[in-house]
Amino acid sequence: MEIILSIAIGVMTSCGVWLILRPRTYQVIIGLSLLSYAVNLFIFSVGGVKTNVPPILSEGGGHDVLADPVPQALVLTAIVIGFATTALFLVVLLASRGMTGTDHVDGRGEKR
Amino acid sequence: MNGWSHHLIIAPILIPLVAAAILVVIDERQRVTKAMVSLVSMLLLLTVAFILFRIESGPNGYEGVYLLGNWSAPFGIVLVLDGLSALMLLLTASVAIAALVYSLARWHAMGAHFHSMFQLLLMGVNGAFLTGDLFNLFVFFEVMLAASYGLLLHGSGQLRVKAGMHYIAVNLAAALLFLIGVSLIYGTAGTLNMADLAARIPDMEADRRMLMEAGAGVLGIAFLIKAGMWPLCFWLPTAYSAASAPVAGVFAILSKLGIYVILRLTMLLFDSGPSAGFGSTVLLYGGMATLIFGTIGILASQALGRLAGFSVLVSSGTLLMVLGINDGAVSSGALLYLVSSTLTISAFFMLIELVERSQDAGANVLAVTMEAYGDADEDEPEEGDGVTMPGTMAILGTCFAMCGILLSGLPPLSGFIAKFAMLSAMMGTGAIGVPPTAPVWTLIILVILSGVAALISMTRVGIRTFWTSLEGVVPRVLVIEIVPVMFLLALTLFLTVQANSAMQYMDTTIRTLSNPSLYIDAVRNATVVPGVDDGTGEGY
Repeated sequence: MEIILSIAIGVMTSCGVWLILRPRTYQVIIGLSLLSYAVNLFIFSVGGVKTNVPPILSEGGGHDVLADPVPQALVLTAIVIGFATTALFLVVLLASRGMTGTDHVDGRGEKR
Repeated sequence: MNGWSHHLIIAPILIPLVAAAILVVIDERQRVTKAMVSLVSMLLLLTVAFILFRIESGPNGYEGVYLLGNWSAPFGIVLVLDGLSALMLLLTASVAIAALVYSLARWHAMGAHFHSMFQLLLMGVNGAFLTGDLFNLFVFFEVMLAASYGLLLHGSGQLRVKAGMHYIAVNLAAALLFLIGVSLIYGTAGTLNMADLAARIPDMEADRRMLMEAGAGVLGIAFLIKAGMWPLCFWLPTAYSAASAPVAGVFAILSKLGIYVILRLTMLLFDSGPSAGFGSTVLLYGGMATLIFGTIGILASQALGRLAGFSVLVSSGTLLMVLGINDGAVSSGALLYLVSSTLTISAFFMLIELVERSQDAGANVLAVTMEAYGDADEDEPEEGDGVTMPGTMAILGTCFAMCGILLSGLPPLSGFIAKFAMLSAMMGTGAIGVPPTAPVWTLIILVILSGVAALISMTRVGIRTFWTSLEGVVPRVLVIEIVPVMFLLALTLFLTVQANSAMQYMDTTIRTLSNPSLYIDAVRNATVVPGVDDGTGEGY
């Protein structure tokens, strides 16, 4: 379980980093999205990976039958904020595309 | 601090939030109403910030822990007010009110929702200064960033969209680093409350502490991007010079927010114990590199906007180096420098637009082409109505000279006093009495050189603008535009006259900060308000 999660985070991060270094805005935004998925998974995993355990302390149960609720709350906030900012970035990207006629991040390159 | 004044701590967050909510629903055409709401909110904010500042500068500061939701720390989230945050709140309010008044002349009408975004920006900044919790810091940071994206694009135009796109991309990546850092710290320390974290660090096992330090390092990078440390700073001059004048004016505080968080966290977490001095080498040499880069940038820039952008870097670089030295006497001088340079840079950004107005037509060669093909600056707003300032050139020239003196740190203004306080403490004539080491000597030389560079550059631009302008076109400057600039410069003048009490305040603040147990105890011992629901349900 942990190893699959770590590989997933690693693969997504490396793809994301490669993509945000690309010159086209579309690649950058996909890269940022991938990175934010990886980060969300990462936040989720710092609370320890557990299956079939509720994030609520039950009567008489120890902490081993409790999934840490804080990372879950954090990841929820992070998802919402990441989603909003990515949407905003998309708008700016479209504005830039409309103004310069190219999807190069610097507004340069051949017009298409 | 007790009774009603205790609840004032949350006011700097609530006032702009409420104002922004009201402003969103007011129709865009009712500009006067919008401006009024915005202005009232700003005046309230300034008053509250001033009261909080007075309370903190009183004899018994450091009691400002506000338990949101009435849960005791570290289970609930807290707001903490101390000398440093009170100072930053007051600085933010002063800079923001100047920028807002300036924008009322014409910029606020250049696009939708200027006032709402402005208020939300303030909410985010104030929240980040007040919060005592790392994740809330992230949330307020994001509120501030989201508003700043909108504000940077305010006025539109190709240049702004391009600069805005870079700015957003860089800051989105920084936000992700922020999250990684926060979650690493939570995963190893099990808490996000800053005071609780500071208390737990000494007891952490070595391997966990190493991971925690890695988390703190990643977190630090997010703030260093905001503060503009080399090599994370290439976006900054472009973005700041592309922003409209009032926006750039208020953005001057955003770089200082990065500095503030780094100062707060290093003083709190890495002051003593096994992790003491973590990251100080990076700050020292990174600051040096930033200062060198900024100095070269200042010398190289032809456009005034970029000159101001690089001044931000010089200011950040100086402050980061001082944080790297981490010495009490130097730090209190640096706090004064922080205040003085923020006021100066903010005033300078707004002044630039006024000065450049005389140069718009002064591009003689272009003038003919512009007549033939229409005005090149289509995104410039039309002139607003209002009273024109008499004696425009004299006032603009005086303000420009003051900015030059402040930026280069010449006597008699506060820029000089702040640099003098820092340098004399570094040389060991001040409180420490230790002869400076080699890095400190380098630092002293760099700070002085950066001042010389600023002087050269400002003189060059000043001569070109005010003395050799052949046409003698006097720009039309409204009172409402120049008064905010004069207000900010008057504040630096006030800081100069009151330098003694200002330095005392900074000294007290730094002394409180360098004793983290005060902060930790204040947060841990904050008691919930009895009589209301305290989480056990017995209150009902």
